[in-house]
Amino acid sequence: MTWILANLDLIAARTLAHLALSLPAIVLAFVLSLPLGWFAARYTWSRLGVLTAFGLLYAVPSLPLFIVLPTIIGVGVRDAANVVAALTLYGMALMVRATTDALVSVDPAIRLSATAMGYSGLSRFVTVELPLAGPVLLAGLRVVSVSTISLVTVSGLLGVNNLGLLFTDGFQRGILAEVLAGIGAVVLLALAVDGLLVLIGRAAMPWARAVRAR
Amino acid sequence: MNLFAQAIAWLTDPANQGGPDGIWTRSLEHVWYTVIAVVLACLVAIPLGYLVGHTGRGRGLVVVSSGAARALPSLGVVTVAGLILGIGLTAPMIALILLAIPSILAGAYAGLEAIDRQTIDAARAVGMSEWQILTRVEMPLGLPLLLGGVRSAVLQVVATATLAAYVGSGGLGRPMFLGLKTQDYAQMLAASLVVVVLALVLEGAFELIERLAQRRFAPVPSTST
Repeated sequence: MTWILANLDLIAARTLAHLALSLPAIVLAFVLSLPLGWFAARYTWSRLGVLTAFGLLYAVPSLPLFIVLPTIIGVGVRDAANVVAALTLYGMALMVRATTDALVSVDPAIRLSATAMGYSGLSRFVTVELPLAGPVLLAGLRVVSVSTISLVTVSGLLGVNNLGLLFTDGFQRGILAEVLAGIGAVVLLALAVDGLLVLIGRAAMPWARAVRAR
Repeated sequence: MNLFAQAIAWLTDPANQGGPDGIWTRSLEHVWYTVIAVVLACLVAIPLGYLVGHTGRGRGLVVVSSGAARALPSLGVVTVAGLILGIGLTAPMIALILLAIPSILAGAYAGLEAIDRQTIDAARAVGMSEWQILTRVEMPLGLPLLLGGVRSAVLQVVATATLAAYVGSGGLGRPMFLGLKTQDYAQMLAASLVVVVLALVLEGAFELIERLAQRRFAPVPSTST
């Protein structure tokens, strides 16, 4: 407890840095998964391939990805861009499947009637299919946000500034309180972002509440 | 791409293959950790998931706690357990079991929940006891979703078991952390390639098991994905 009280500034700084790495990754994973999920949902033949490829991304251990990625995209190992890129890939591993599932779950009859009413492909996707897929998309995004925030800590092993540094520093110096504070901060941050996503979802999809209260 | 060539060279070098520190021993250790963690997680999560799925009670609690468990950073759990329990296998095992439980738990109760209520009512109407309903109706019908949950747990544990080496255990994390400390990135990549191959093999095995289970227990073409 003494350590935590004496180092509140440090914890706050690490938390902010943590957020600055996680949020872009979460947003990018969501945005980039949309076209891929659309493709896999639209063209059934591609679905198994796309979903398996992205699902397997999740099996790549995160630590070496942080090392290998810079050699491919040409950034430094400790750059924020490297961490964000790696986390975006992990986010997409979950989000592409969620997006595909969400779009497939839209009733084909609704899609047909939208076409019959004269919607073109893109406007039908944006104004009809996307809102209807919204609740499932949100569920997927919530999993992505929680797992991303938790995964950022691994980059602490490389010395990137985030809450993961509290783990490595606490382990090396044998300060249990520091590691516990790090875990607590990660969980609280994940819960806070999750709550924020739920609120955004309620504001953007007021109709979804009626579905949940069946 | 040069790094990949170096990694392959590292893997094919006989000096890195045999012996107690060789890639084969480390791979076996890695698979062993994964199996133990997933089996222990199953022992906790499956009965709990069946209890929730069968009675329909405590669903909210399970959803909230597995959500919180997903937020737990594995590196932090490994570190805390390592500081408290010391160097060894117990510390990473705790982290891996905690990692595996949410997916398996969700698979177990979602499998039971997805069953048509009429099927269960019919089972009750023909005079089955609650135990018989669970073992003869709900467990077979819920098997595909349960297997899906175990499958994603295995995938996560295989990738995360590398962290075991952070607190002094073996597994494929050993060459990975050695590579990190000595800046031998080819060695890191080599070890992670082996992890990916392991994951692919396990995925293939699960695909087979799921197909067999599907054929055995779901004579009607399943509409679930």
